[in-house]
Amino acid sequence: MIDRHPWLDALAHAVLIAGILIVAFPVYVAVIASTHGPNDFMSGLVPLLPGGEMVANYRSMLTDGLSSSGAPPLGGMMWNSLVMALSIAFGKIVISILSAYAIVYFRFPFRAVAFWMIFVTLMLPVEVRIVPTFKVVADLGLLDSYAGLTIPLIASATATFLFRQFFLTVPDELMEAARIDGAGPLKFFRDILLPLSRTNIAALFVILFIYGWNQYLWPLMVTTTSQHYTIVMGIKRMSDVADALPQWNVVMTTVVLAMLPPVIVVVGMQRLFVKGLIETEK
Amino acid sequence: MQTKRTVFGNRLLPYALLLPQIAVTVVFFLWPAAQAVLQSFQREDAFGLSTTWVGLANYADLLQEPTYLNSLKVTAIFAPAVTLLSVGLGLVFAVSLDRLVRGGRVYAALLVWPYAVAPAVAGIMWWFLFNPTIGLLPYLLAAIGYRWDHALQPTDAMILVVIAASWKQVSYNFLFFMAGLQAIPKSMIEAAAIDGAGPVKRFFTIVFPLLSPTTFFLAVINLVYAMFDTFPVIHATTGGNPAQSTNILVYKVFVDGFIGLNLGSSAAQSVVLMAIVVALTVIQFKWVERKVTY
Amino acid sequence: MSAIEIAAVSKVYAGGVRAVSDVSLSIADGEFIVLVGPSGCGKSTLLRMIAGLETITSGTVSIGSRVVNEVDPAARNIAMVFQNYALYPHMSVYDNLAYGLRNRGVPKADIDTRVAEAARMLEIEPFLQRKPKQLSGGQRQRVAMGRAIVRKPDAFLFDEPLSNLDAKLRVSMRGEIRQLQRRLGVTSVYVTHDQLEAMTLADRIVVLNGGRIEQVGRPLDVYHCPASTFVASFIGSPAMNLADAEVTGGAVAIGGQTIASGMAGIEDGRLTVGLRAEDIHPAASGTGVPFSVRYVEELGAQRLVHGSVEGRHLTMALLPDLPLSDEMRVLVAADRLHFFESGSGRRLSR
Repeated sequence: MIDRHPWLDALAHAVLIAGILIVAFPVYVAVIASTHGPNDFMSGLVPLLPGGEMVANYRSMLTDGLSSSGAPPLGGMMWNSLVMALSIAFGKIVISILSAYAIVYFRFPFRAVAFWMIFVTLMLPVEVRIVPTFKVVADLGLLDSYAGLTIPLIASATATFLFRQFFLTVPDELMEAARIDGAGPLKFFRDILLPLSRTNIAALFVILFIYGWNQYLWPLMVTTTSQHYTIVMGIKRMSDVADALPQWNVVMTTVVLAMLPPVIVVVGMQRLFVKGLIETEK
Repeated sequence: MQTKRTVFGNRLLPYALLLPQIAVTVVFFLWPAAQAVLQSFQREDAFGLSTTWVGLANYADLLQEPTYLNSLKVTAIFAPAVTLLSVGLGLVFAVSLDRLVRGGRVYAALLVWPYAVAPAVAGIMWWFLFNPTIGLLPYLLAAIGYRWDHALQPTDAMILVVIAASWKQVSYNFLFFMAGLQAIPKSMIEAAAIDGAGPVKRFFTIVFPLLSPTTFFLAVINLVYAMFDTFPVIHATTGGNPAQSTNILVYKVFVDGFIGLNLGSSAAQSVVLMAIVVALTVIQFKWVERKVTY
Repeated sequence: MSAIEIAAVSKVYAGGVRAVSDVSLSIADGEFIVLVGPSGCGKSTLLRMIAGLETITSGTVSIGSRVVNEVDPAARNIAMVFQNYALYPHMSVYDNLAYGLRNRGVPKADIDTRVAEAARMLEIEPFLQRKPKQLSGGQRQRVAMGRAIVRKPDAFLFDEPLSNLDAKLRVSMRGEIRQLQRRLGVTSVYVTHDQLEAMTLADRIVVLNGGRIEQVGRPLDVYHCPASTFVASFIGSPAMNLADAEVTGGAVAIGGQTIASGMAGIEDGRLTVGLRAEDIHPAASGTGVPFSVRYVEELGAQRLVHGSVEGRHLTMALLPDLPLSDEMRVLVAADRLHFFESGSGRRLSR
């Protein structure tokens, strides 16, 4: 009770409720649209209440896709997205934790060089090296494959630095005691460091899964056949009909399906998600 | 550079551990980046048969090229607009939440999830809402006499992409502001209250100054986001149009390089963008190091 | 007028936790009251209710003659010194001191005079332009007090202000706080868990336990006449020896050993007897009761001898040069015994 200003409290509630509505509104409209048939949009205004076509729309999009826009069944695209997201999350974590371990727990020539090389990648987002990276992937024959979709995105400075920071806070005594107990570096890593890192790994996994699932530019460039499309990049193709009106109800079905898994992950694992966001930015 | 005070003595193991990351880094990051720099100094002929070294000519051309200058201008409007809108709203929501005693967790959960939505998806959703034919918002705007059409009017297109790009970033900024607010010791706020400062005065004289490291950090992060991660928003909605009015720098790199196949110019643009990222990253690290520890 | 009247005040949190139960206390104008007790006894909650930082579930708090239950902290004309100082880190020491005055619209010239005066009193004039992070713990504490002084409030409230300082600094700051309060004559309510601080600072001590007042009184009165076993063992160091005893016909026995006889006014039966360490003395052989020494602590000016009578642990405080042996005999002055009811721990009067 620092002070009593009930009108300020009411204002705070009002602002937050307004915020939630603004934030939720586009999604609400999208979900509603996905439950309607193709002709419900002819009237000139988007419907605001649910229609009856939800099951039909989702089933058809998941299994048949929309041939008029060259979009394959969403089920297949979601699978690709899942593979991509899981591989990237898993891959980044494995690679980064090993690198961080090397940099923190060993001293060796060129250690600083390795560190700065990894650091530099922070300043080289995909957009900044689009064409040459594409050429490298093409030259390696990795175009239009799961490997091409995931491997180039697997090196991550943020994950490495997060693990490095965490390892630095682990007491030296743990490692010294382990050594006295006869544990070599790999045993120490597996038996002591890994269990300690569990929450960090989980938090990172959430963040990286979302990152992997939401990739757009890279899958756009690297996939050449619709067999490997991911759902987030596939959306564009559906709404990109040259002369005819896009079939909004199925576009919105795609939108909902594209956003569902990451949102579920964030909502279901919110604490880990928040921890992951904040830790990676320090 | 920090290490543990005791380390393991193995000679080869660290290299093995580092190998995967360094390999991917070199093959997919450093080598292409070096290529980009090299290419920026070269020009292909019209048939793509030979390349000549042209020094800084590509860069000089950029500065003369009206579409590039336009992109600079567009980005100079777009990025700060997105930053201001999303950081501002994030702050407003965080401060409002901080005021409440109960219900905090529920509100927070309901405001945090948009971060999970891909920018492309956000773009499509707002594109749908703003659709001139069947969108809800143009309908409402028409009621007050404004004819919305983002396919024809550049301002409308800019507004659309700014909103779509900011929409999901608000959650991110909200989260960080909340963490920053929680880091302010409660006793300091109580002391200020006892010192006669009302809620508004407390915000401007105590809370906001103490939040300045967070605010600055978020400003830099949001600028980087607006300049790079918003590619999908543009690509999925306006495609840089109408009339290049939403052709931000990063989109132009893609169009010129991947579609227009003008490798030299695209590479030069990439290098310029790289320089901007480096500058922003350096600023961020320098400032975050200097973050005042109270 | 700045007396503080606390009438039947209780604090109950949602979920039924009673932090403070039915506490009543009259604090005179200019008095230095210390609220002391173990963690969780409600002393901080009570202080914060006086400040207005916690709502009052029932009862009234009055400052001066005004009931302040519904009054905002800013309007109660009180000043508070926090355990972690709560200085504004982005402002200079001067601005920290001036902040409260500026918020109340005090003219700049007055602010200058008041800040200079407080700075002089607390010897922090050299630091006025520095930021808090450039100061040591003791200096920060003084700035926190300066912030309270410049306001010229009706009451000072202290929330364990010395807990974060090292032992030596605590002792010197203790003295300074006492002198300052005497000089300024402002009603002060001070919260601490350290009974030594309470004894040395207070005009009157209030011992709290489990949200209730166990005893109120002047320090020496509470020391010599504790109202319960809780107060008896909390106040004073080393703690008072407490043991089960049997009274038969005026003779007090611990474990069968009679330590005193001819006591009038005590009924037969079991009770708890209290003896201060300094009231137990070595006795010549043939007198007193047998005492087995377990171990000795040398404090320099004093010697604490820990041992037992019939298996009941007792501590004796002796001068360092008195001779010791493993088996001794000890005497207790009969008029120095304290008697408490076995179950409730309440003092039995004679």
